[in-house]
Amino acid sequence: MKWVRKKLDQARKPFEPGQKLEKFAPAINAFDTFLYTPNHTTKKGAHIRDVVDLKRTMITVVFALIPALLFGMWNTGAQYLYQDMGLDNVTDVPFWDAFIEGAILVMPLILVSYIVGLTIEFIFAIYRGHEVNEGYLVTGLLIPMIFPVDIPLWMLAISVAFAVLIGKEAFGGTGMNILNPALTARAFAFFAYPLYMSGNAIWVHQGATDGISGETILGTLAQGKSVAYSFFDAAAGFIPGSVSETSTIAVLIGAAILILTKVGSWRIILSGFVGAAVMGLIFNAFGLNALMEFKWYMHLVVGGLSFGLVFMATDPVSAAQTMKGKWIYGFLCGFFGVMIRVFNPAYPEGIMLAILLMNVFAPTIDHYVIQANVNKRKKRLAKAKSNLQTA
Amino acid sequence: MAENNKITKKEDLILFLSDTDEREGLLGKKNRKLLSDPLTDNNPITVQVLGICSALAITVKLEPAIVMSLAVMAVMAFSNMIISLLRNLIPSRIRIIVQLVVVAALVILVDQILKAYAYDVSKQLSVFVGLIITNCIVMGRLEAFALGNGVYKSFLDGIGNAAGYAFILILVAFFREFLGFGKLLGYQIIPQSWYDAGYSNNGLMLLSPMALITVGLIIWVQRSRSRSLIEQN
Repeated sequence: MKWVRKKLDQARKPFEPGQKLEKFAPAINAFDTFLYTPNHTTKKGAHIRDVVDLKRTMITVVFALIPALLFGMWNTGAQYLYQDMGLDNVTDVPFWDAFIEGAILVMPLILVSYIVGLTIEFIFAIYRGHEVNEGYLVTGLLIPMIFPVDIPLWMLAISVAFAVLIGKEAFGGTGMNILNPALTARAFAFFAYPLYMSGNAIWVHQGATDGISGETILGTLAQGKSVAYSFFDAAAGFIPGSVSETSTIAVLIGAAILILTKVGSWRIILSGFVGAAVMGLIFNAFGLNALMEFKWYMHLVVGGLSFGLVFMATDPVSAAQTMKGKWIYGFLCGFFGVMIRVFNPAYPEGIMLAILLMNVFAPTIDHYVIQANVNKRKKRLAKAKSNLQTA
Repeated sequence: MAENNKITKKEDLILFLSDTDEREGLLGKKNRKLLSDPLTDNNPITVQVLGICSALAITVKLEPAIVMSLAVMAVMAFSNMIISLLRNLIPSRIRIIVQLVVVAALVILVDQILKAYAYDVSKQLSVFVGLIITNCIVMGRLEAFALGNGVYKSFLDGIGNAAGYAFILILVAFFREFLGFGKLLGYQIIPQSWYDAGYSNNGLMLLSPMALITVGLIIWVQRSRSRSLIEQN
């Protein structure tokens, strides 16, 4: 390892202050701190430091994403191969065949996402004279995970550029964004290129042979047909869908990692599922059409609901900050997610729009939670004062 | 000069039409500034943030945007002129009503002309020609400029501000039509071979949020170019 350190120190010579490439220092710094612990110290304000810095937070989220990512690779390959090979069941596909096929399909998406996103981040870091933040490590991995596998790479690149530019840098970079950047990318692609982002033909890789069907559960329901998948299939994720949002189980493993390390808020995740269940129950009680009759517990496992609630809604930057606010925020994410799904069949991925909507309202929720607390304490003070006077 | 609203001599008329204290050529430095300022550092849309509503609504295609710009320009120039002519006759209590009457009359005129000579575009613009009456830029310039300045200057101010509005409108419409339809003024710009190779029009460009974002991007570029526009806090 010392050898790497030595080489790095040599490489950073021209980037030192006063040298030729000083302007591009953030580039080498980012690479350096990616490999080694940064050695800068706090210069002003409180000097208490914690090992849980932005870098460790972000890498924890990346670890939490790995189960869903690996499962997504397998599922992407399996969904394609089982129809290509003419098998009866998704699980009949040989494991490694499916996984390798899926990995080959998914890797270009991840690469494009990272290259485009990091390039923009680097340009802004150099232009604004600050370091490159680690935030994009997570965003860059999240984006390909919530896209359909067959999305043309240039569309992915434009969506990433839009998300990083408009969703993040326009507001001032990592930590300042109002909306979740990964969801911004997906929402952009969803409205800009609806043919490639919705419908029934896109969720499974098409390959050389035509006629591979890949109807998502929500898409089928929107057409008024009945669903062929069981609760277990949907929960395990043996269904077509975006790259790695299908498996609720894999997502819940990630959720466990996030909750145990206290990186993600369990309040948001739990209240999100409760909110979705409540809305599902309300619709079940009315049951006016096929979408409304769709069982409430199925709502929790199909589509991107679990993925969105665990990895998107808990984004500490764009979520509510107060404890009570987190309950309200999470609940409404799930609640509106299912509502949009059912009321507007054209937008089966309601959870995406619901989380973006709640991102916008999160500061308002926080404001009223804090005001309520202030008022409560004012009342208590008034009561204590009057008690003093009477005593 | 106009205390008793009587203009007897020729010099009085010239004074009334231009301005009392300054005399300069038709397109002197100050008058030129009236025309050029709204195009750059005092743009009605990107700096004063007025007239956003119509900028979102009619910029999907280039042609309606151009026609709308011309309509606004006509209304603004002439309403500024008329109000400036009447500025010493209007009691200040009812000035808004008078302004509205003048603007409304001009808008109806423009609307009828569009219906007569450019029916298709007029149908595309639908209510938005009528809504020029409520366009904040028109009222704003009447209040801020025409009520206190000479006729010719007011005319120039109207043209200048309408040009600033038109510039942004046409810029936004250019990007929206180009990226959203692959066309400009209805002519196909992006060749079919691109579509065959997998290119696809950007549907989001046709929705109004993207107009807002495009205006936002223009503001971003403008502010990073001229730093004086950035607020202190």
